[in-house]
Amino acid sequence: MDSILLARIQFGFTISFHIIFPALTIGLASYLAVLEGLWLRTQRKVYIDLYQFWIKVFAVAFGMGVVSGLVMAYQFGTNWSNFSRFAGGVTGPLLAYEVLTAFFLEAGFLGVMLFGRDRVGPGLHFVSTLAVAVGTLVSATWILASNSWMHTPQGHEIIDGRVVPVDWLRVIFNPSFPYRLTHTVVASYIATALMVAGAAAWHLLRGRDNTRVRTMLSMAMWMLLVAAPIQALIGDQHGLNTLEHQPAKLAAIEGHWEHGKDGEGVPLILFGLPDMAAETTRFAVEIPRAGSLLLTHSWDGKIPALKDFAPADRPNSTVVFWTFRVMVGLGMLMIALAAWGLMLRRRHRLFAHRGFLRFAVLLSPAGLVAILAGWFTTEIGRQPWIVYGLMRTVDGASPQHSAAQVGFTLAMFVVVYFVVFGAGTAYGLRIIAKGPSSDEGDLPAQGGPGEPRHPMRPLSAAREGVDADGDLAAPEVK
Amino acid sequence: MGIDLPLIWAVIILFGIMMYVVMDGFDLGIGILFPFVPDKEDRDVMMNTVAPVWDGNETWLVLGGAGLLAAFPLAYAVILSAFYLPLILMLIGLIFRGVAFEFRFKARMGKRRWWDMAFIGGSVTATFFQGVTLGAFLNGLRVVDGNFAGGSFDWVSPFSMFTGLALLAAYALLGATWLIMKTEGELQVRMRSLARPLVWVMLAVIAALSAWTPLAHGAIAQRWFSLPNLLYFSPVPLLVLLVVWRLLREVPGEGHASPFVLTLCLLFLGYTGLGISLWPNVIPPDITIWQAAGPAQSLGFALVGALMIIPIILMYTAWSYWVFRGKVRHGDGYH
Repeated sequence: MDSILLARIQFGFTISFHIIFPALTIGLASYLAVLEGLWLRTQRKVYIDLYQFWIKVFAVAFGMGVVSGLVMAYQFGTNWSNFSRFAGGVTGPLLAYEVLTAFFLEAGFLGVMLFGRDRVGPGLHFVSTLAVAVGTLVSATWILASNSWMHTPQGHEIIDGRVVPVDWLRVIFNPSFPYRLTHTVVASYIATALMVAGAAAWHLLRGRDNTRVRTMLSMAMWMLLVAAPIQALIGDQHGLNTLEHQPAKLAAIEGHWEHGKDGEGVPLILFGLPDMAAETTRFAVEIPRAGSLLLTHSWDGKIPALKDFAPADRPNSTVVFWTFRVMVGLGMLMIALAAWGLMLRRRHRLFAHRGFLRFAVLLSPAGLVAILAGWFTTEIGRQPWIVYGLMRTVDGASPQHSAAQVGFTLAMFVVVYFVVFGAGTAYGLRIIAKGPSSDEGDLPAQGGPGEPRHPMRPLSAAREGVDADGDLAAPEVK
Repeated sequence: MGIDLPLIWAVIILFGIMMYVVMDGFDLGIGILFPFVPDKEDRDVMMNTVAPVWDGNETWLVLGGAGLLAAFPLAYAVILSAFYLPLILMLIGLIFRGVAFEFRFKARMGKRRWWDMAFIGGSVTATFFQGVTLGAFLNGLRVVDGNFAGGSFDWVSPFSMFTGLALLAAYALLGATWLIMKTEGELQVRMRSLARPLVWVMLAVIAALSAWTPLAHGAIAQRWFSLPNLLYFSPVPLLVLLVVWRLLREVPGEGHASPFVLTLCLLFLGYTGLGISLWPNVIPPDITIWQAAGPAQSLGFALVGALMIIPIILMYTAWSYWVFRGKVRHGDGYH
């Protein structure tokens, strides 16, 4: 393998680990805001119990996100120095704003949210939760503006071999940005809903049936029922946007190699194996004209074909064809889960149907897998460009690294990430497996700046021990 | 416009690095000192002295990285790719240290030893490679057409290995004097006896650096030893001697906070010395902050956010330290 491919794998690996945590943070922050809002309105204890329970998982995800984010702030320079030098004028300030937003949250509202429930009034506490929820969205906005600009760059000039932003509004609100932002945020909501639903179903299957668990499942299924179909619509619009601005990516996703006869329409290839060398999609199972119908909303519309592009300008269709189908397939399963849930709810069997509950447990990581599959599709689909149409990925890498060096650091990242984030994930799952207790909402949430527990160490907000019998040994709690 | 944006950003980033060294130095130092304090209770106290303020690394390091990319993309690209291996090893050390810090508190006794080892290993690795990077940075980087033109292992040199070890000593001293300030009784006595030889090591390190750097780099020698610069800069070495003399008296004596404050002064003086040697180059030996700066539109846009949010982070930090003032005792932070 050459050093460029290894560097791409390294970036893909570190960002894939990273994105799981912010995705959950975004979803959980909004979920927590809803829970607290309901608690303030209804004063039903179940909502504050659930709030105090999920805030622990939120804290773990936030902490893991901060730690894995540290590496991302340096990856652009260590492995992609030419890209940073060329495009840093645009991506640098956007990244800086993302980082500043996150630290602003940590230094401000996060502390009140995690530790301030006994110190400030309920209204002010709710405002803090809302601010954190909005803050995670703002943070996502900055980083997705930067990423979207790399897909659909505009608002800049190239002067002396580097990008100079001339109109920041056009840079930020570039053509793919609105679609990518909504698609990603809704994906975070869905991934969180699936995790919450799966957790509730897991407890119900073990006979732990109580109001808290039921409320979890019920809320998550409502969320999924609304969000999953909407996500399909947003995804469709995002696809049309890609068709307009990144036609090669779309052709690769469809495994569509050459134009057929006029009036024949484009078939939709359901399954197959795109072969880059032979320039064809093997074993294709197709539906005639469905491709035209989906992408051009007409019976015989045409879409770009891979052979329209020089071989050097084609993204790897074998990969994106399948990552895209994994994402869409999971999305369909999610819609099916939501529909099944609605049906069972009307028959008052939502909390009792074991087949449904098992399906919910099975799908609990599906949102996160779909997020990763979607990102693989869009990022690998942008290739061979690092900034679409402006700079090729091969020209963006740090030129002096040998394959051995990049391979060595990649191996280290793999080992360290599995140990460190494995421990973090196991810890989060342990909290979830314990489940919300009936006195969850009564526990004082002590901590704050200068206290042993504080918001710059979000993990300190979770009190559980890391080992199976470790709760009593956890000594830090005051 | 008339505003010198690269200069403002250079000040912000220099300030950020200084904040990082001040705020993460002593808690890395505690990890370095861990092997010298085998007792579990003492280790708990040591951890508890930094738990409430342990955040310097994430905030200022990430801010420094993002700020450098936003303001000086050329420097970000050249420096980070030139010091590829040491920087990645440093990051991995910091990740280990950070997560070990959290999980040590949450782990059962048996597993705690593993997290202790991860904490020590992470702290030592991160510190050593920070020092190595600093030394290699002082040695200078060869840049051709905006790219680092040196070899992958150019950062390995006797000088950079020396600065790596030197930073271990510096952070250990910072950690020891921090503990003198925050603890009492036997642990404090132990730290006083550890700090004393470390002060001598620091003096030797500073002397060696002050001789080695100008000897190896003509331009730096020129800057320091030509008139009238010699007179302007002479307070720096004189103050170093004064501070070391006070330290040697305060460490075994009665002072509680003074050894830590004096060590901070010492680091600040060393930092100033480095600044004098390099200014206004952001990539030594000869690329200035103005040559490496990004487009004015980028610097200006990012500056708005930085000026709004950095003061908030500073206020939060000051508040944390204020709340946490005073000694930490055995059993503090327990049930």
